[in-house]
Amino acid sequence: MGNLLLDPNFRWVLAGSLLLGASSGAIGAFCLLRKRSLMGDVLAHAALPGVGAAFLLTGSKEPLPLLAGAAVSGIAGTWCVDFITRHSRVKEETALGLVLSVFFGIGVVLLTWIQRRGFAGQSGLDSFLFGQSAAMVRQDVVTIAVVSAVLVAAVALLYKELKLLCFDPAFGAGLGLPMRFVDGVLTALIVLAVVIGLQAAGVVLTAALLVTPAVAARYWTRRLPVMLVLSGLFGAASGAAGTVASAVGPRLPTGPLIVLAATALFLVSLVAAPERGLLARGWRRWRLRRKAARPDLGSRGGQGGAR
Amino acid sequence: MDSYSATIVATGAVVAGACGFVGNFLVLRRMALLGDAISHSVLLGVVLAFLITGDRGIGPMFAGAAVFGLLTAVMVQALGRGGVAEDAAVGVTFTAFFALGVVLLTLYAGRVHLDLEHVLYGEIAYVPWDTIEVGGISLGPRALWTMGAVFLLNLAAVGLFYKEFKICSFDPEMAAALGIPVAFFHYVLMALVSLTTVAAFESVGAVLAVAMLIAPGATAYLLTHRLGWMLGLSVVCGAASAVLGYGMAAWLDVSISGAMAAAAGLLFALALLFSPSQGVVVKRLRRRRVGLRKEDVLQ
Repeated sequence: MGNLLLDPNFRWVLAGSLLLGASSGAIGAFCLLRKRSLMGDVLAHAALPGVGAAFLLTGSKEPLPLLAGAAVSGIAGTWCVDFITRHSRVKEETALGLVLSVFFGIGVVLLTWIQRRGFAGQSGLDSFLFGQSAAMVRQDVVTIAVVSAVLVAAVALLYKELKLLCFDPAFGAGLGLPMRFVDGVLTALIVLAVVIGLQAAGVVLTAALLVTPAVAARYWTRRLPVMLVLSGLFGAASGAAGTVASAVGPRLPTGPLIVLAATALFLVSLVAAPERGLLARGWRRWRLRRKAARPDLGSRGGQGGAR
Repeated sequence: MDSYSATIVATGAVVAGACGFVGNFLVLRRMALLGDAISHSVLLGVVLAFLITGDRGIGPMFAGAAVFGLLTAVMVQALGRGGVAEDAAVGVTFTAFFALGVVLLTLYAGRVHLDLEHVLYGEIAYVPWDTIEVGGISLGPRALWTMGAVFLLNLAAVGLFYKEFKICSFDPEMAAALGIPVAFFHYVLMALVSLTTVAAFESVGAVLAVAMLIAPGATAYLLTHRLGWMLGLSVVCGAASAVLGYGMAAWLDVSISGAMAAAAGLLFALALLFSPSQGVVVKRLRRRRVGLRKEDVLQ
């Protein structure tokens, strides 16, 4: 472990996964409250055509243009979901599924088009989608750090507006706040979180980091600020645990290990959280049953009511 | 059309038919993303089935996939009862199963010989070469047979329990009041979805499987108000996407599965804009015509 921390490459990967987990966790809390938990999954798939198109346009594999392409096609995907649900009777879930599969299909078409035409330096474009956290270098970490900082700052600055958006958008609109704009900002934040997650960790991991820590955090608290911090912490802890486990254990891919770490935190929360956890619920039910089974309780209560 | 193209288009159409039948109910019951989730979680079932039985045959694989597909549905329901929003429950469950599947696959990669690429991204282009032979006589592509069987199974299930599926999708409370076991039919549907998804993505790839599960049903949903018509139309839309997608792929020399998924999206976009009863453009034109008449009246 000590030797591991001396390895500069490992330190970059660790820092990257920590930051990624923290920012995704915080954004994920809002996704959960907005009932948009699968948005991350959809956006992660919808980013593929953007990656292909960006490569075709610029001819380079520099992360920045590819990330920009991914962001643009992610935003196009959310626009499509919005358009479909607003202008037809197709429901949001169906629209999300449609955008996910069709955009991904278009992306596969674009990537095969690029591959079969033998563009120079195209190899590895597809690994963009499946993530390569172990191969993160300093520049990637810098990108992730900057974007994560932007995300956290945006959440802090727009905390009140986002809170209103999640709990009572009509009241927010009544206060004169531009709620549709705030919703758009939240979508943009989700897109950013997905885009940095994709490069580091792949589609499924990105989806998981936006859902699992938030759901786990929700078990522990009813208060939004606590939930935000907890969700961020859970995300960061999963990122760190997954990275360390993949470095010390047998050669295993980092992404899935981070997901499993997050799942473990979720399971602990599911069982052990006060009030909402399974243990607390079982205990409450058991006490209630014992109370109800006590024969004198009912009659005494009844007399009290009569007097 | 040569036999290679005919085989591929036929396989695509059968996949579309099989997925369309169950996909319609996913669309109606607002569970479209469950198809995507199940298509990921079955990976764990496939890997576990192989590790336990050591058999790479189709039987254990389907059994494992069906078990984990159902388990996903059960977990989502259980978490939902515990107060987790349904989409969040879907997200937590399938990512966990998929990650565990990938880790097991990597751990035992040497023994498994299951190429992740192949399991998840089977490509329809290879279908014609993977044939079944009985007594030295080729019976045609394996994928066509498995998908055909799944198609018949779905057709039989939906045909036999048409009324039950219909009431459960549109009015579960009434179904329960009539004494129909709603939960049972929910899990029957989930089992069918799991089987269909794993059969489809093993033969043609996950991209196409998920697209065919959702897009044709959604397109048909825009074209009709009657369930019977919707089922029929979705199969037609799916088959049309297969033909159109193959044409596009052959013309541009790109992935056939991807092109078929894109074609399914294109058909949906056309229905969204030009559906006679509810298309965006049609509605706008109608409104404009009505608006003009109003002005005429005012003058």
